[in-house]
Amino acid sequence: MLRWLARRFAQIIPTLIVLSVLIFGLQQLMPGDPALILAGEERGDPMVLAQIRAELRLDRPLPEQYLNWIGNVLVGDFGFSWRIREPVAKLILQKLPVTFQLASMAFIIAVLIGVPAGILSATRRDTPTDWIANGIALFGISMPNFWLGIMMILLFSVELGWLPPSGYVSLTEDFWESIATTIMPAFVLGTGVAGVLMRHTRAAMLGALAQDYVRTARAKGVAERVVVWKHALRNALIPVVTLGTIEFGRLLAGAVLTEQIFTIPGFGKLIVDAVFNRDYPVVQGVVLATALIFVALSLVADLLYMAVNPRMRQA
Amino acid sequence: MVLAIDDLTVEFATDRGTLRAVDGVSLAVASGKTLAVVGESGSGKSVTALATMGLLPGSARIGGRIVLDGEPLTPERQRALRGGAMAMIFQEPMTSLNPAFTAGEQVAEALRIHRNLPPRAAFDAAIAMLERVRIPDAARRARQYPHQFSGGMRQRVMIAIALACAPRLLLADEPTTALDVTVQAQILALLDTLKRETGTAVVLITHDLGVVADHADDVAVMYAGRVVERAPAARLFAQPEHPYTVGLLGAVPKLAGGAGRLASIAGTVPDMRNPPAGCRFAPRCPFAISRCIAEQPPLIPITADHATACWRAPLSQILEAA
Ligand SMILES: Nc1ncnc2c1ncn2[C@@H]1O[C@H](COP(=O)(O)OP(=O)(O)O)[C@@H](O)[C@H]1O
Ligand code: SF4
Ligand SMILES: [Mg+2]
Repeated sequence: MLRWLARRFAQIIPTLIVLSVLIFGLQQLMPGDPALILAGEERGDPMVLAQIRAELRLDRPLPEQYLNWIGNVLVGDFGFSWRIREPVAKLILQKLPVTFQLASMAFIIAVLIGVPAGILSATRRDTPTDWIANGIALFGISMPNFWLGIMMILLFSVELGWLPPSGYVSLTEDFWESIATTIMPAFVLGTGVAGVLMRHTRAAMLGALAQDYVRTARAKGVAERVVVWKHALRNALIPVVTLGTIEFGRLLAGAVLTEQIFTIPGFGKLIVDAVFNRDYPVVQGVVLATALIFVALSLVADLLYMAVNPRMRQA
Repeated sequence: MVLAIDDLTVEFATDRGTLRAVDGVSLAVASGKTLAVVGESGSGKSVTALATMGLLPGSARIGGRIVLDGEPLTPERQRALRGGAMAMIFQEPMTSLNPAFTAGEQVAEALRIHRNLPPRAAFDAAIAMLERVRIPDAARRARQYPHQFSGGMRQRVMIAIALACAPRLLLADEPTTALDVTVQAQILALLDTLKRETGTAVVLITHDLGVVADHADDVAVMYAGRVVERAPAARLFAQPEHPYTVGLLGAVPKLAGGAGRLASIAGTVPDMRNPPAGCRFAPRCPFAISRCIAEQPPLIPITADHATACWRAPLSQILEAA
């Protein structure tokens, strides 16, 4: 187990190095000269431009710029936003919880809908229940988020006036208001994932229910409900847990667009603004942080997989 | 009699028509006795056992009567008695245990259901049960998962699950087919011992006539969904009366203890969706006469405890004359 963890971490390091080089490299390809943007009114003055470049070390060779950046990142310094004049790390720490809340709520919604629906349609295979569940799943997967988002705003905010159409209140400020501002975007985000989870749960349950150990459980006198929810589900969840973790990562990424629709000041807004403003340190920091989250999630996926799968635990 | 099956029929609706997997089977086993059911693959042995347990899929149409301890088995009674008064072990020890639960939990579950034991007591009783099936270091092994057990040890766990609640009837469907010869002998010896201790009636489904000779009191030979011959084991080996049994025994090595598999008799098992009109063995039978093709032979006693379904019975006289 410890040896496995050590090996897993050793694998991560090259991944991170390649990632950071990629992020830095792609950054250089982005059009527009940041010095020009930062100079504002004084962009005509070559002295000012040179001064800005020197200040930001944009005049140094690229490898040096890279090492400089990565060296700072390693000690938690993601740089300083050129635009907002705040440390990037602070901006990330401010915005990440918002997106995290959104993605978590979406994930809970997805699990609460997707897993039971998958179980139900597997145990009622080829019945109307199964067909309806599959139809809804397909709908959830194929419906564009922006369309569903706008429809929900029209219905619940404009028409019924139950929920605020946009904006965000943090959990610590006002718990229920916070839920009210995030429930619609979370639902929009969650539906697609619910469909994916439902289909995988259904497939995994059908596989599990056909196994010999299910017959053994029935032969033991285990009630059918327990056969499904304990014996089969416990095994079916092993692949679903891994998938679920990856889907959670996709939710974090998917939040970017949904945050725009509902004007929620999360990670998505941070990165979109930074790109438009050529705020390189912020873009780099946000992309790197996203990459780190994905790497961490894949590690979590592996750990969860081990936790639910006894065959892995002893390895 | 612990188990009495009377005129059991089982039909499955398939894409290509109705398949009658079991066609008028009658069997009986007494307490503490072992009835071996032998026959080629596809002859309806497993379906007969699963019908007894009530474990066939809902699509199966079941006819006839199954009586356990004098009372007919209804679906409700089957549900209540499964794992308690009647238990079953299967051919595939590698896949028959749930990989997500420890061996002890899986034995304990049967005790919780049928004995109403609280979890702690059930687990302790499970350890005792694992000891009874001779699993060394049972207390530690009870906390291990199936993948940490060998095939033979897993089958011991299966036996522990099946016998945990001291069933009146044990259905063992090829319990050793997947195991190697030494392990096979150990498992069968264990089943014999446990049966003697508890008086459980055992139905032992097997391919292996060597197993029948060593472990069965009575034998029922099945062919194409029917019982074609029934006799005490010793008598069946000494004086087989059905041409199919004669064919099967043809391949058993003469030396006792040989691991004789069923003989390969020329031809194949008939398609059960469309079986021959007369004797189902007629297309493969060297003794067939015209009547065999037209009429199905019933299972008729030759002596008090020996019955055969053949128009040319008693075959032993023909064989002697030849
Ligand atoms: N669930 C099922 N659906 C359709 N046909 C089945 C089913 N189970 C068994 N059969 C058929 O019933 C016949 C008897 O099978 P089985 O009892 O498993 O034979 P065996 O004697 O090898 O144990 C076979 O032809 C098999 O294909
Ligand atoms: S009835 Fe005829 S075909 Fe059938 S086993 Fe007897 S001799 Fe052979
Ligand atoms: Mg079988």
